[in-house]
Amino acid sequence: MPRRTDIKRILLIGSGPIVIGQAAEFDYSGTQAARALQEEGFEVILVNSNPATIMTDPEFADRTYIEPVTPEFVELVIARERPDAVLPTMGGQTALNVALALAENGVLERYGVELIGAKRRAIEVAEDRAQFAEAMGRIGLKVPQGRIAHSWDEAASIAEFTGFPAIIRPSFTLGGSGGGIAYNREEFEAIVRNGLDESPNSQVLIERSLLGWKEFELEVMRDHADNVVIVCSIENLDPMGVHTGDSITVAPAMTLSDREYQVMRDAAVAIIREIGVEAGGCNIQFAVNPVDGELIVIEMNPRVSRSSALASKATGFPIARISAKLAVGYTLDEIPNDITGTTPASFEPALDYVVVKCPRFAFEKFAAADPRLTTQMKSVGESMAIGRTFKEAFQKGLRALENGRIGWAIGATELDDRLADSSPETLRAALRQPTPERIFQLKRAFQAGLSSSEIHELTAIDPWFLAQLEDLLADEREYAAADVVDERLMRRMKRAGFSDRQLGILRGEHEDDVRAHRWLLDVRPVYKMVDTCAGEFPSSTPYLYGCYDEESEAPRSGRPSVVILGSGPNRIGQGVEFDYCCVRAVLALREQGYEAIMINSNPETVSTDFDTSDKLYFEPLTFEDVLEIVEREQPLGVIVQLGGQTPLKLTRRLEAAGVKILGTSPDAIDIAEDRRRFDAIARKLGIRQPENGTATSVDEAAEIAGRIGYPVLARPSYVLGGRAMEIVFDEESLRAYFDRAVQASEERPVLIDRFLEDAYEADVDAISDGERVVIGGIMQHIEDAGIHSGDSACVLPPYLITADDIAVMHEHTVSLAKALGVVGLINVQYAVKDGVVYVLEVNPRASRTIPFVSKAIGVPLASVAARVMLGETLEKIGFLSEIMPPYVSVKEAVFPFNKFREFDPVLGPEMRSTGEVMGIADSFGSAFARAQLGAGNGLPVEGTVFLTVNDPDKPAAVPIARRFHEMGFNLVATFGTARYLRGLGIPCEGVLKVHEGRPHGVDLIVNGDIQLLVNTPLGKHAQKDDYKLRQAAIAYHVPYTTTLSGASAASDAVLALRSRQLSVRSLQEWHAQLRGEVLAPLSGAHVAPLAQARA
Amino acid sequence: MSESVLRNGSVDGFLLLEDGTLFHGQLPAAYPPTVAEVVFTTNMTGYQEVFTDPSFRGQIVVMTAPQIGNYGINEEDTESSRPQVAGVVTRELSRTYSNWRATGGLPEWLAAAGVPVLDGVDTRRLTRHLRSGGVMSGVMAVGSTPTVEAITALDACPPMEGLDLASVISTEVRYSWGDPAAALHVVAYDFGIKRNSLRLLESAGCRVTVVPAATPAQEVLALKPDGVFLSNGPGDPAAVGYAPAAVRMLAESGVPIFGICLGHQLLAIAYGGRTEKMPFGHRGGNQPVRDLSTGRVLITAQNHGFAVAGSDGAIEGSDELEVTHLNLNDGTVEGLRHRSLPLFGVQYHPEASPGPHDARGHFEEFLEAVRERATQDEPSA
Repeated sequence: MPRRTDIKRILLIGSGPIVIGQAAEFDYSGTQAARALQEEGFEVILVNSNPATIMTDPEFADRTYIEPVTPEFVELVIARERPDAVLPTMGGQTALNVALALAENGVLERYGVELIGAKRRAIEVAEDRAQFAEAMGRIGLKVPQGRIAHSWDEAASIAEFTGFPAIIRPSFTLGGSGGGIAYNREEFEAIVRNGLDESPNSQVLIERSLLGWKEFELEVMRDHADNVVIVCSIENLDPMGVHTGDSITVAPAMTLSDREYQVMRDAAVAIIREIGVEAGGCNIQFAVNPVDGELIVIEMNPRVSRSSALASKATGFPIARISAKLAVGYTLDEIPNDITGTTPASFEPALDYVVVKCPRFAFEKFAAADPRLTTQMKSVGESMAIGRTFKEAFQKGLRALENGRIGWAIGATELDDRLADSSPETLRAALRQPTPERIFQLKRAFQAGLSSSEIHELTAIDPWFLAQLEDLLADEREYAAADVVDERLMRRMKRAGFSDRQLGILRGEHEDDVRAHRWLLDVRPVYKMVDTCAGEFPSSTPYLYGCYDEESEAPRSGRPSVVILGSGPNRIGQGVEFDYCCVRAVLALREQGYEAIMINSNPETVSTDFDTSDKLYFEPLTFEDVLEIVEREQPLGVIVQLGGQTPLKLTRRLEAAGVKILGTSPDAIDIAEDRRRFDAIARKLGIRQPENGTATSVDEAAEIAGRIGYPVLARPSYVLGGRAMEIVFDEESLRAYFDRAVQASEERPVLIDRFLEDAYEADVDAISDGERVVIGGIMQHIEDAGIHSGDSACVLPPYLITADDIAVMHEHTVSLAKALGVVGLINVQYAVKDGVVYVLEVNPRASRTIPFVSKAIGVPLASVAARVMLGETLEKIGFLSEIMPPYVSVKEAVFPFNKFREFDPVLGPEMRSTGEVMGIADSFGSAFARAQLGAGNGLPVEGTVFLTVNDPDKPAAVPIARRFHEMGFNLVATFGTARYLRGLGIPCEGVLKVHEGRPHGVDLIVNGDIQLLVNTPLGKHAQKDDYKLRQAAIAYHVPYTTTLSGASAASDAVLALRSRQLSVRSLQEWHAQLRGEVLAPLSGAHVAPLAQARA
Repeated sequence: MSESVLRNGSVDGFLLLEDGTLFHGQLPAAYPPTVAEVVFTTNMTGYQEVFTDPSFRGQIVVMTAPQIGNYGINEEDTESSRPQVAGVVTRELSRTYSNWRATGGLPEWLAAAGVPVLDGVDTRRLTRHLRSGGVMSGVMAVGSTPTVEAITALDACPPMEGLDLASVISTEVRYSWGDPAAALHVVAYDFGIKRNSLRLLESAGCRVTVVPAATPAQEVLALKPDGVFLSNGPGDPAAVGYAPAAVRMLAESGVPIFGICLGHQLLAIAYGGRTEKMPFGHRGGNQPVRDLSTGRVLITAQNHGFAVAGSDGAIEGSDELEVTHLNLNDGTVEGLRHRSLPLFGVQYHPEASPGPHDARGHFEEFLEAVRERATQDEPSA
């Protein structure tokens, strides 16, 4: 069946901000889908609130709406654009749920919009636990013995039947959110109540535990003609009980015989038919009893997913792209396999390599959070590695995580591996409970003499995997004991995936010496192609991975080439925004005729799509791996400033190895990072910084702090995302901070800055060609100083900073860029206090705000940066002066606090957000409101506001309180605050603090009496009560803010929501305004009922 | 310890191809030189079925899947009584295994059958070489450089064209399979039959009489079969000289005939078609085949180095046959049927094992004809 001709305009729904369980993979799938549809001549209309994505750049859709991905806003877009169809399967659970809501409330029918890719019934049957279990029964497949509960009472009776441990899975949530494993009644009640709450239809499935069963996934595709193919099988190294997103996973499945695999394949084919996914892909999870092979279906997702992104990268079969084409009527055999170019997509990829995915966690950011891995996903990113064997891919995957592990290597201390000691008892206890460190605890266990069979008993990890690990240990022993390392031994070790650093440690040698010796032995990697067909057909798509076999397939184009280093696994502080920058650079370089060579290890991203760059090396971003590629490719140079800290960290060594670094010199990068060198420059330029000092011991820190005065901001040098950064109010807390968070030394000094209380902060992104510096954008932070810039909402253009101060920032930015000799991007952070502008930080590289600014001003700054790095001038490119948009753009951060309930959700100098959203409007209030709604903070338009603020904040809280009062809100406050407000003529009711008795503030929140919580805990005397209030607010989805500036902005937003009818406008239209075009009036547009929005 | 003895007691070994290309690896022990046609299969699972598939008789099989042996071997997944391959080439042979059905390890099982396995080879380089140069003969032997003995052996290796291996591998005596009381009776010609074909016929309610490849048609008709099954098998179909006449005679009797792989090729030859050697064949579990009558695509298991000459229009040289299935990758003939008689064949393996089950329906198709035949026969019986 060819492409449908009865539809012309297709609405694509994105997944919104990056959150745990829904990350960059949906930028990858959405971008692929948008491209595939545009290629077919469809008009693509896109809704996504996440500005850090490639898909939301204006050329990737005909109309791009950067608006909240909620039913209300998507309805507005539908009303305005009148699409013929909506494709809801590319934007994760978020898009699917929105589409379902619009189907249920009749919007789709009203506007004559057809759901394509997955029909309503298929979505419902797949997502509704009860219907799914019934469907599986009809085709003779087993699901875990379990029952559905809609209430706590129902759940309690089901527990009688399942016993403990029991698995709780809420319906319609993403990343297993709200689910878990309960080992006893108390845990059971907590998880069930939470799950009922998280599930949009208040439904949880309670299952008999299959802990210890083997876990597999199949990626399946089906077309309108009922052709079905299995794209990939994935086996989890961690057995059932750990969310697949948190497991180390392997493709293809390693331990299934053909008979077992075909049973699973038959089941998958039957499932996709029974559920009725008509044209698209799905992901099906299975559990297999290791004792008798019994097969149980766990769940299926009728859409592209994190696993499908992984499967696409693992096989070279672009699932999202093909899904989009199937959705518009093609059949699999009509779609070419883009990798071979000669065969059709109706086949099943054959792999002649092994792929290992490793999760990356962020528990260091959430110290109090529970590190146990369960059915609720907790990882924030992942690496993928390809090798010829499991061992090779496994070790590459671990070193690609960039968390200090150089392969399968134990930590420096037991504590690094989350162990009190290395005794067999401690190890046994630890191995029973999966945590991020278990894979390293395993190594210690082998070393402590635990047998493979005992470890299997403790972990249920398949003996085959354990045997592979034991092989690695045997290799290590042999290598360490060898008299000489000859070519044969060296090759064998490299084939087992050992890095030069690992080898160095085994024999007490420096990594560089290992490499020199290895090169002498001529043991060098070769690069093989991922070709979907195990070499059966010729392929010309240079998607490559390194290994230590004989033949290399990396083609030589002969064109001048540039290597772009990507940003590796997503983590807090380094997310999709850097991938965005890399992709923009790749696109710009290709356009300029260069061969763009991408190196990255993150399977979720657009940069690792095989047709983004001219040549893709899917390799870890370690010095060794990068150097080998650069040596082979001999590019004009390497771009390091777009991928965040990951490539930046390699700069010095690459330069020392003779590699040309494009753009800003490594020395300038070092100046910006080196406090002493930077101070000298700042002094020379007459730029003020907060008073500061560098401490190499706690006493020195105390001395510095005493000199410059408390409060101070303390942080280790060379860190990302404000890691271990804290505001300290006195010497006692300073000493406590050193005990808890950092170890200062000569090599790793701790920076002490005076903390500027109540200052405004601003971020400036600029670009320089070495001669001319142009400001990209100045963003004012909404939150006061002290909140990490990545966690603070910000607005462009600034709305409260004076013109004079802005002029100073301009001037400083230009002079800093020139003094550092920046060629490319530079980001400067400023604070303004009492009319003085201070420089807080300078980063001569792409910042995480680049995609936001680029969208706000309509210029892809990272593309421009790539071109200036290759020698073009800003004049030639035509970017000569700062663009001042006549509209307001707001960025808001999104946090994972709902996943880490144990953690106090208060903002501070350490970054904790996972993603961001953008709101664009012609007023600040409206833009801020959109950003809030996009971030899932549904703002109330009426009801009760609960204020609880510190004494010093009380005066500043008054105008905010008055504003809410004037808008008709009731005010509630703790007695002190309430009296204070009443004294000023603002009616306010008093409420007890938690320790004062009941009913108290938490009771009000739980009872639904509060619609907005304003709580400012920052400062020395933060109340313990506050903690409970904030957690209650999160648990009961009550919007809250922890800063007064945030509260003030919220009041603007509420005002906008109350007084204006909402309308939407595409990014392309906003950008047309920048070109001076007059916008079409919004009259005639449908106006939605005011959103009492709960995203 | 001699220099060539490696960890695990293995020794250096090599594979020398007929065009002089050399590949290094390790052999588990000092085997005498093995000479055979070298082919690759892209099956990701099912090595035990591959190694026991009689169609691989006399071939050195390169596994493109890099990790082989992970789940061991068992009693159930055999397609004949023993390993049939002349040799195996792997990237990494697993020395340990894990599976609830496993009864032993693959290296030990191959060693017990005297099948050498050259491990640690850059199998992708080898596969790419065979893909571009076509399948060719090779010699697998001990050492790191080719010996005169090995080269001499290689020079003496006959090409696959013209080799009748079906007669060699076929059962020498007739035997029965399945419930003797089953209502339906199928006679299966054994050109190298895979057990799973027999298992499927049995489970569909047939008793099967397996007869030697050279059994004359009259003898088969005397068994009063309700259907005749022509099995898969190794070697050059054109060299199985006696078969086409028998097939034709059986066909003319009106008995339903179903041919798989070599059986399918013999059907074509019997009605004037011809076969040709393919550059590197189809071996694997992911070959897309279009059913021309429905347009549907089947993902099929395949293992063949010869194909029936023809195109989507017709079988070359035969007006009586029509093409029913085509390969989507290269357009080769994958299925045919007679325009009036109840006989059809497919090039691929609907019995799978290893491979996907998409084409299982062909057995049902055949059985329908068999059942019809059985009911027609009843009144006269």
